[in-house]
Amino acid sequence: MRIPILKLHNYLLISIQIDLDDQTAIQFQEDLLSKIHESGSTGVVIDLTSVDIIDSFIAKVLGDVVSMSDLMGAKVVLTGIQPAVAMTLIDLGIHLQDVPTALDLEQGLIKLRQELEE
Amino acid sequence: MDFQSCVNIKKEWDIVGARQLGRDIAKKIGFGTVDQARIATAISELARNIYLYAGTGKVCFEAIEDINERGLRIVAMDEGPGIRDVSQVMEDGFSTSGGLGAGLPGVKRLMDDFDVISRQGEGTEVRVVKWLR
Repeated sequence: MRIPILKLHNYLLISIQIDLDDQTAIQFQEDLLSKIHESGSTGVVIDLTSVDIIDSFIAKVLGDVVSMSDLMGAKVVLTGIQPAVAMTLIDLGIHLQDVPTALDLEQGLIKLRQELEE
Repeated sequence: MDFQSCVNIKKEWDIVGARQLGRDIAKKIGFGTVDQARIATAISELARNIYLYAGTGKVCFEAIEDINERGLRIVAMDEGPGIRDVSQVMEDGFSTSGGLGAGLPGVKRLMDDFDVISRQGEGTEVRVVKWLR
């Protein structure tokens, strides 16, 4: 399965709406980096509103894709992390400290615009 | 042992299958969204441990119902190489896989009861329970 990556002006928008298995997550990581490369996008929002489980592996893939995109010169914001997911991640001991987050897609875009204008 | 149901872990996709079934059972027992997420995540970690370290194994679910308490017991078992030093893997941050899993301490925090029995060369069994409050 492939996760669709949409382009909107200078941004890439992704809404993850499936239960992520490891392979799909790794594929997404590759797809997003290629898309950044080919579109020249400087900002990415990954919306996780519909994701109800993030285990340690998925968290690692998401954290890594943020760092990888950063290396390429694109800022990534994760949005819409559900309360249950946030509680579970902290229980697991995963803090995703260096990962920019926002409440929802709208806030995520505002955050990106601020960061990119700085 | 009379288990309600088991999922065999043989391939990576079985990790998703196990956590989806576990979540469905947790929902039927009456757990709320947060505990459903905790249970599903714990199953994901346990199933991934089986897949990574033992190759194959199974995850079984059992609804616990007695007069005072209700809950869900999850047993993850494999016939893999076993854990050499159980106290070591229970330390936060210990990993032999380069940090792929948050490991057993994370699972312990997600659940209420936690037991691990491991014999080198014979396999590992992790038994966890979440109680309905």
